[in-house]
Amino acid sequence: MADSTKTIEMEVLRYRPEQDTEPFYQTFSVPFADDWSVLQGLQYIKDDLDSSLSFRWSCRMAICGSCGYMIDGVPKLGCRTFLRHYYPHKVRVGPLENFPIERDLVVGIDDFIGKLESIKPYIIPREARTLEQGEYRQTPAQRDQYEQYSSCINCLLCYSACPQYGLNPGFTGPAALALLHRYNADSRDQGWEARSEIVNAEDGVWRCMLVGYCSEVCPKGVDPAHAINQNKVNSTLDYFGVLKFLMPKGAAK
Amino acid sequence: MSARKPYVRPMGGWWRRNPFFMRYMVREASAVFLAVYAVILLAGVYRLSQGAAAYEAWLAALRNPLAIVFHGIALLAVAYHAYTWWKVMPKTLPMLHVGGRRIPEITLSAVGWAAWLAASLIVYALVRGL
Repeated sequence: MADSTKTIEMEVLRYRPEQDTEPFYQTFSVPFADDWSVLQGLQYIKDDLDSSLSFRWSCRMAICGSCGYMIDGVPKLGCRTFLRHYYPHKVRVGPLENFPIERDLVVGIDDFIGKLESIKPYIIPREARTLEQGEYRQTPAQRDQYEQYSSCINCLLCYSACPQYGLNPGFTGPAALALLHRYNADSRDQGWEARSEIVNAEDGVWRCMLVGYCSEVCPKGVDPAHAINQNKVNSTLDYFGVLKFLMPKGAAK
Repeated sequence: MSARKPYVRPMGGWWRRNPFFMRYMVREASAVFLAVYAVILLAGVYRLSQGAAAYEAWLAALRNPLAIVFHGIALLAVAYHAYTWWKVMPKTLPMLHVGGRRIPEITLSAVGWAAWLAASLIVYALVRGL
């Protein structure tokens, strides 16, 4: 810490279920270097100031999706948000909005995990190829149709950016619907019908009111709002029974 | 026994938490002015069906300063609504490619804004009898 010349005030939301009835902000003075992320600030607090602070993190390089927090009210990854951008002001760190707080910055994500499983996030071919038939082939243009949606790291910033999910937790939500579209848009997949019940449901794409903030906060450029809203058109076509004629690859199951 | 005691935060005043949400609410609220304007216009058509005197009375009511102020505000609200409508419109389209390159959202919005401007100018010219 010898080369640190600056100290920032970090206000961290604390909630210890065994002793607190509601969350409260606790302020810590954190000496930091220019290249320190918010996550490193939290690690400094845990290592040197208060070891009881709980938060999730893993890779420190914006790929594991574990360290999503509300940073000054905006959902961001702690590892790619830098303390120097907030200094000399204080910075507020809270758990992701729209999720129940388990402890301090740790939120309960059971609901999302259930939804992620429900959308069948794997390729459903009309007929599985045998080993003798070889690999599934795909052109670059076909890959472009789903690649951006496959960049999702399940960090849940989009759920924290979605007031609809906060108001109606039944909503399947941005990341799960974007991943659902990722498989539907894959030329190797013919699983529209297997997933259509989720898309067409009231809690599916139709619950989205196109606030669009999910796509703003996504650290991976997935654009969930685009995945959801183009499927309002698909859902309508499906309702009128014309979608299956428009799908070049045909529907399965 | 589980020691879990999840704390669920209230959603009250959610739209005041973030300028993005406030702009969203303004976008949605601007549609109300569009609806009221449409009702006034429909009332005019109805008055027209009742004869010349009724229509003249409707026109006179529109010259009321309050009506003029309302229409000024409605024009701004509808313009903002149309602007945001085209801004989010590309989210509803499938991925579009031209010559192997994806058309950016801003290009799609710009086409919409240009069409909107052209349509507005044509309607204005028709109304003014140009």
